[in-house]
Amino acid sequence: MAELLSVLYGRILRVDAARPDLPERDRFVLSKGHACAALYVTLAECGFFPREWLDDFYLDGSRLAGHVTHKGVPGVEVSTGALGHGLPIACGMALAAKRDKLNYRVFVLLSDGECDEGSTWEAALFAPHHRLDNLIAIVDYNKIQSLGNVKDVLDLEPLPAKWKSFGWSVREVDGHNVGEIEASLASVPFAPGRPSCVVAHTIKGKGVSFMEDNLLWHYRAPDEDELARALTELGADE
Amino acid sequence: MRTAFFGALAEVAERDPQLHLIVGDLGFGVVESFAARFPDRFLNAGVAEQNMTGIAAGLALSGKTVFVYSIANFPILRCLEQIRNDICYHKANVKIVAVGGGLAYGSLGMTHHATEDLAILRTLPEMTVLAPGDPREAAAATYAVAAHEGPCYLRLGRAGEPIVHRGPINFYIGKAIRLRDGEDITLISTGGMLETAVCVAETLAARGIESRVLSMHTLKPLDTEAIHCAAKETRAIVTLEEHTIIGGLGGAVAEYLAECDDARVPFRRIGLPSEFSSHVGSQNYLRQRYGLSPALILQAVESLLETVRTTSTH
Repeated sequence: MAELLSVLYGRILRVDAARPDLPERDRFVLSKGHACAALYVTLAECGFFPREWLDDFYLDGSRLAGHVTHKGVPGVEVSTGALGHGLPIACGMALAAKRDKLNYRVFVLLSDGECDEGSTWEAALFAPHHRLDNLIAIVDYNKIQSLGNVKDVLDLEPLPAKWKSFGWSVREVDGHNVGEIEASLASVPFAPGRPSCVVAHTIKGKGVSFMEDNLLWHYRAPDEDELARALTELGADE
Repeated sequence: MRTAFFGALAEVAERDPQLHLIVGDLGFGVVESFAARFPDRFLNAGVAEQNMTGIAAGLALSGKTVFVYSIANFPILRCLEQIRNDICYHKANVKIVAVGGGLAYGSLGMTHHATEDLAILRTLPEMTVLAPGDPREAAAATYAVAAHEGPCYLRLGRAGEPIVHRGPINFYIGKAIRLRDGEDITLISTGGMLETAVCVAETLAARGIESRVLSMHTLKPLDTEAIHCAAKETRAIVTLEEHTIIGGLGGAVAEYLAECDDARVPFRRIGLPSEFSSHVGSQNYLRQRYGLSPALILQAVESLLETVRTTSTH
């Protein structure tokens, strides 16, 4: 999902780190709140808060909790962490834009696991009915959830067809191909009068051989040696 | 109370263009006039309370004052996590209104008995909890929560309750209203038990026992000052609520009194036992079955006063 955030914050979202509360800003809701580390890093990179804040992420006394929190963290729209909350809130924000005749868009990033939640589908039903074409749901479809493969735990297939049947305009992208992601997100709404859904096919832990597609890394943080190896594989120069 | 609520809500909506009303596909015969008058600020979210609550949070985070209206447990139990995380944690300006508090929907059965709502919502940080006692208080509470910045829960009865307050009232969130005064006992009532509390007090007065009657229309923040005064100035305290005796008004008052070092007072909670109703019947019938009728409350109060008398003569 790093590629998704990078394209969103680098090319798509109309946000201003100096004025994070502008009423006409685009909204981004990270519904998969457990992936907060990626969002915090992105926001720091974009200048919403100092990079030093990242140093004590998750530690005692930190500002940055292990699930997305908005409290005292500029740029975070909504606190999440319990799954299935992001899309309903995003629907409310998109509806407010329509009623206020403002042009902002609301992007929400969901996990595949939270597509198990009934509340996600309540909102999926709501958005097309209210013609929320300023709402864009992106599903990070890495096909792994907390206790195993999505297809073994609670199969979502055919996932794009499900969103389509609810009335969304759907596109599938390679979630690691920034060109594809940008081309797709730059052309929302895909159809006037309809909310857009991007099903991003991803690989969990992409780019690090020992992490890829491995459930263990949903839980583990790398030790120093593993971190060094991961950074080398990613071509990062630390 | 329902009529008083909608009357007040329409008045506020007239003045405040940010006020929105969301309903969960309920309110036949009562929400239509608001919907017709303010079509751009009305929303029927369908039978989907989790989404309804999330939408309310999203609208509120976009600058709206949002009233969510449904009946009994529906706007609070299924969507409790949305209330906690999306509304309370964000201090979203959402007012959850439940009509049919307590046993108001008596014959409809246990699914429609809202008998744990006050206890549950009282524990949520940032939440203000109100249960007005009559239509006058319901209207005043509606104005008060609309003006209050932050999450509120408003528990209403149904329609057609009597007006208990004869004259105008001074209504402030967190301040109990004293309806009569006496030194023998304090009856603290919340929600629709107010009429019964006054009725019991009148009967006691006819028997020479003078009661203080407090309408504790706000459960949180609790008016501890009024409770403290009652504990010091009257000889006993009884709480009355159409709610489980666990964690509601009785629980809240008990918590305060237990830590109140300078005022020890005999105290009883009168409310519903922690059990699902095994009886079918109207609100009045069920109140009778569960000891909430004026006659049964009178018995409980007199028994407490008898204990007080016996203890003090020893």
